[in-house]
Amino acid sequence: MSRFRCDSCDYVYDEAAGNPREGFPAGTPWSDIPDDWCCPDCGVREKIDFVPVAGGSQGGADG
Amino acid sequence: MQDSNAVGSTGPATGQVPWTDRKRHLWLFGLLVPLFPFLGGGLATLTGWSIFWYLGPLEILIIIPIIDLLAGLDRSNPPDGLIKALEADKYYRWITFLYLPLQYAALVWACWLWAGDTLSVFEKVGLALTVGTVAGIGINTAHELGHKKEKHERWLAKIALAQSFYGHFYIEHNRGHHVRVATPEDPASARVGESVYVFLPRTIIGSLRSAWRLEQPRFRRRNQSHWSIRNDVLNAWLMSVVLWSGLLIGFGVGILPYLLLQAAVGIVLLEIVNYLEHYGLARQREDSGRWERVRPAHSWNSNNIATNVLLYHLQRHSDHHANPTRRYQALRDDEQAPALPTGYAGMVVLALIPRLWRSVMDPRVLRHYGGDITRANIQPSRRARILAAHAAPAGGVHPGSAG
Repeated sequence: MSRFRCDSCDYVYDEAAGNPREGFPAGTPWSDIPDDWCCPDCGVREKIDFVPVAGGSQGGADG
Repeated sequence: MQDSNAVGSTGPATGQVPWTDRKRHLWLFGLLVPLFPFLGGGLATLTGWSIFWYLGPLEILIIIPIIDLLAGLDRSNPPDGLIKALEADKYYRWITFLYLPLQYAALVWACWLWAGDTLSVFEKVGLALTVGTVAGIGINTAHELGHKKEKHERWLAKIALAQSFYGHFYIEHNRGHHVRVATPEDPASARVGESVYVFLPRTIIGSLRSAWRLEQPRFRRRNQSHWSIRNDVLNAWLMSVVLWSGLLIGFGVGILPYLLLQAAVGIVLLEIVNYLEHYGLARQREDSGRWERVRPAHSWNSNNIATNVLLYHLQRHSDHHANPTRRYQALRDDEQAPALPTGYAGMVVLALIPRLWRSVMDPRVLRHYGGDITRANIQPSRRARILAAHAAPAGGVHPGSAG
């Protein structure tokens, strides 16, 4: 499971947790997220601007 | 965008004196706004002058613009290293929380007065306009709260919006306006040649439609109906239904005209501020078809301290769009960003007089684009006329971009 971070506000999409509010249940792979999906916290960056987070899904500190 | 300011550029010279927030206590002045109805009523009773019931519009249209001119500018920025600590200081957020009980105390008191017969109709209308001012600036409080990552602050945002029946703003602003700002697709970004009276219906209707559409995909992805209490547009409106029903049952349907008037004033005040925040500014389309990233150049700013204190640094609008989740006390001035001639309050007055507005603002937009008006966000129906009026100097024309 991988994690991807918004480079504007440090929101992290964790494949293990998904984002149920956005309609992505836990376990939704990053590849299933539409390209034009915006960061749910800041709205400044879209999926293709997110950067992979090293270490994968560990929980704990974000960003 | 965090690299746009040199680290500590406005901080202490050699680190000898620790930086302190000179506005720390001034932020409390923001809480005077929800007290306007009480202050106005008190002054009217003391002096016998009915006009004091109109304190809200008098403040926004006359008194605060004058204070802005007298109190001048504040360019101070917190040093980069202290931003996190400043944001973590809970004192600042409590000031925004406290707006809400005062706002609703004023509303309930006003309903009681509207239902009674101690005030004349003239005075009741004045009170509605003043309560509407509180509702409008309450939308700004909701704006500050709604951008935060903490769940309870997002809830408070929706509660603050219930008074003006504008709960969908929370969705449209964060997920619509911030994504499409300074593009022709954004209902809340004003265009050169568009008067505030043309902008108002476009932004109010467009924002409503946008909010409704923005909430749908997340339900569709899970094959659920968006007609759900979890739809943030619907649950925010439900709060208004509950609030308004309670007030109408408690005080009688006779208060309905005043309730509608205060909501309309609040919405219009908020949307006039939207009008001036991005007037004429445009993001360019990249080769990929995407709009360029939002830059400081895409918002109008002001360092007038009075309005900045009353609106929680809303006028440091470029930094807000670069860092929407950043807390108000930590927003920074950007010297490169376009600046308005005075604070937002004074600019609201200008906006109400379109001829005056355009004579002040159109040259500023033109200057911002180095004389090339084709790079601005232009009202389509007036495009030909505006291009002719601001014909670029010889050699400065961008052929093909005027289509």
